[in-house]
Amino acid sequence: MADAQDRSAFAALFEHFAPRINAFLQRQGSDPAQAEEVVQETMVNVWRKASLFDPARASASTWVFTIARNLRIDMIRKASRPEPDMMDPAFVPDADPPPEEIIVRNQTAGRLKDAVAKLPQAQQDVLRLAFFEEKAHPQVAEELDIPLGTVKSRIRLAFKSIRSEFGDPS
Amino acid sequence: MSIHHHPSEELLLDYAAGALGEAWSLAVATHLALCPACRRTVGRMEAVGGKLLDDIAPQPLTDSARDAVMARLDEPVGKPESIAPAAPAGGSVPHLPRPLRDYVGGDTDAVAWRRLGLGAYQALILTGDDNVTARLLRIPAGKPVPTHTHNGLELTLVLCGAFSDATGHYGRGDLQEADENLEHRPHATPEEDCICLAVTDAPLRFSSFAARMVQPFIGI
Ligand SMILES: [Zn+2]
Repeated sequence: MADAQDRSAFAALFEHFAPRINAFLQRQGSDPAQAEEVVQETMVNVWRKASLFDPARASASTWVFTIARNLRIDMIRKASRPEPDMMDPAFVPDADPPPEEIIVRNQTAGRLKDAVAKLPQAQQDVLRLAFFEEKAHPQVAEELDIPLGTVKSRIRLAFKSIRSEFGDPS
Repeated sequence: MSIHHHPSEELLLDYAAGALGEAWSLAVATHLALCPACRRTVGRMEAVGGKLLDDIAPQPLTDSARDAVMARLDEPVGKPESIAPAAPAGGSVPHLPRPLRDYVGGDTDAVAWRRLGLGAYQALILTGDDNVTARLLRIPAGKPVPTHTHNGLELTLVLCGAFSDATGHYGRGDLQEADENLEHRPHATPEEDCICLAVTDAPLRFSSFAARMVQPFIGI
């Protein structure tokens, strides 16, 4: 049984995230009724999986994004999403991150905002389209009136900058 | 193990955004099980998704939607997620990582191979994608795959052994992304049979006349 403190913390999370997930899903083309269903399921999952949330690995909004993404595939697209399983004996784990990186990861959300904000507008547009429009890249190219190769190179450049911002090996 | 050939950023981005179809995602996710570097990249991409979620103009829900969620918080929770198919005894590492192992229903010894001709075997893998074909291919050690081009996109992920072609050497975990511009003649390397996951959105188009003749009969 959840105690009152957890419930009020959750109510605050709901106020923040539910209207945003709703907007995100509708932006991706879900109708309001479908979107509402996925929002509800997402928030119930946030509550149930709260103990699995690890702030050292991802920000809360990234974690909520992945839950909503997977439920949308399941409930609206009626499809499965294959994912790796870190408990699988064939899974190749990352070498232990050096201690500095753990600290860096804790600041991921803020640094990522900065890294994305620093990207040229054209690269930001391509990323937004990839998430919101769910268009094949040739259609993105058409919409932005640029060659397909340019879409690909903008995506590549955007993540090159983001990775170098975090000191990831490229 | 070191992986030299990774999925393109476009493919990883579509996977992170949730826009990639199931069969393509199977190849990407199985590569991710073997590749910490790409998992990190996908993590960055998901963080971009999180940032877009934070930045979007909120669109309020009905009060009843909120009440319905709050009312469900005390619901008993069902069993946790499915349990992985048993790993081989003796702690050895399966050739097929999850999620691929789930689709096959076991490791390589559980695969129902069918002769493909030319010494090669294949086994189709069922996914929810109608227009995309996923199959396991087994090419005998040292033998070539007939020269072919593609009408669309082809992803090939090596799971056992290795193959090489004009574009390089591909070992376990390496993923080749080929499109219609690539005409290649992959050879399994001589040490052992090469088993790969191949995902295509169009039939392979063989270049030699003989291979074109048998293509309708062998179903590749
Ligand atoms: Zn990789």
